[in-house]
Amino acid sequence: MEFIVSGLLKALVLLTSGDAETYSAVFATLRVTTASMAASLLLGIPLGFLLGHHDFPGKRQVRILVDTLLSLPTVFVGLMVYAFVSSRGPFGGMGLLFTLPGIAIGQAILALPIVISLVATATQATDRNLRTTLISLGAARRDLLLTSLWETRHGIITAGLVAYGRVMTEVGISMMVGGNIKWHTRTITTAIALETNKGLFAMGIALGLVLLLIAFSVTLGVTFLRRRS
Amino acid sequence: MKKTVALFTLMIICGMAVLTCGAQEFGAPLMMATTTSTDNTGLLDYLAPLFKKDTGIELRWTSVGTGKALLLGQNCDVDVLLVHAPEAEKEFIAAGYGISRMEVMFNDFILIGPDADPAGVKGKGVAEALAAIMDKQAVFASRGDDSGTHKMELSQWKRAGLATPEGEGWYLQVGQGMLTTINVAAERGGYTLTDRGTYIKYSADHKDNPPLKIMVEGDAGLKNRYSVVLLNPERCPKINVSGAVAFARWLADEKGQGYVKGFELMGRPLFFPSAK
Repeated sequence: MEFIVSGLLKALVLLTSGDAETYSAVFATLRVTTASMAASLLLGIPLGFLLGHHDFPGKRQVRILVDTLLSLPTVFVGLMVYAFVSSRGPFGGMGLLFTLPGIAIGQAILALPIVISLVATATQATDRNLRTTLISLGAARRDLLLTSLWETRHGIITAGLVAYGRVMTEVGISMMVGGNIKWHTRTITTAIALETNKGLFAMGIALGLVLLLIAFSVTLGVTFLRRRS
Repeated sequence: MKKTVALFTLMIICGMAVLTCGAQEFGAPLMMATTTSTDNTGLLDYLAPLFKKDTGIELRWTSVGTGKALLLGQNCDVDVLLVHAPEAEKEFIAAGYGISRMEVMFNDFILIGPDADPAGVKGKGVAEALAAIMDKQAVFASRGDDSGTHKMELSQWKRAGLATPEGEGWYLQVGQGMLTTINVAAERGGYTLTDRGTYIKYSADHKDNPPLKIMVEGDAGLKNRYSVVLLNPERCPKINVSGAVAFARWLADEKGQGYVKGFELMGRPLFFPSAK
């Protein structure tokens, strides 16, 4: 039990002393999650909006598929990505295995259904009444689209936060595709897994707290954006 | 103000995304698949900077357990292997995945257990000890992960003429690295087979008073040999062959062997050089 308290103290020591290994893991996590979130938001927001906004044959089936993919296990995604980027796989020549970009691809796959599903839901929620109001006010088609998108911004931000949480905390993809290589692909979560596996629980707790601190900072930043809009 | 903040954030995001893609190293790094014992003991953290100093090559490794290391080698996902399962390595080479293996160091396996020693195995031979453990149904933690240590453990049950305790309640197949397995054994007051190097590391972490002590050692069949396995360049044309060969040479040379000998914890060497 005492490792929880020593973990707390260790977290402070690691951060203030500028421990090289910890900061390497922190930057690896930040780099990979930023890349995967950028990709999943860039692809997911328009797709989610389309899914929520338009009616088309098979819409319900697509929605079911996307919602099912919300439960993708990270090790499964990691395994699939490994199969593709391994030397023996179709994308083997691209040197993605055991690299941060490789992890980012897997994480983007993980985050995409989350973004699409939540943005679609948010879009559908704001859409109905808004459409009628805007048309009755004489809005052109382009204005309709842009205004709808703007009104769902809170839903979009929520989608981003949920996806970010999932991506920041996953271990399966980082381990399988990244290989937990010190200084290169060791992220905070894989470092926690390693330290805990070695029985160094205080270190695991310390790194976990560092992760929470990052999540807190990001949430704070997003809340600031929310308030401003 | 809002626009500036948004633009700034966007720039940071793009910058980070680019940084992720643009981070390449100078010179070809050497990618190695290895076991958890070479990694957990800290041996590789000790050797890597020395290797870089002597050859200029950056050593990177992923520690996954011998079974997976061999698979990564088979798939040409790494450049070289450092593992400790001689039989599996020979099969690997016979199958054409590797071209040679060179033994570079050894230590031994030991059976560790709690002070209370419920199965009364202290000082016995391995076969006798395992029979006693099975008889008393004492908790035994197995690696269960196709690693070199796991293969050694299975061979010991066989050597003792006992069936592998698959499915028995007292036989815990942890499926993870050596330190994890030791911790499981410690928690459950049971026994486990470990390499001496990891055990010394474990003791050091517990300030030389670990919950599990050495019960059986010195048995002739418990030698733990580590080898560098070179992959077949015809099957794996894109691997760093020169780096792999450089590593094998370096570790087997007088200098490298000296480094291995010099790696100690609490004044005890963990690995013994054995290259010919």
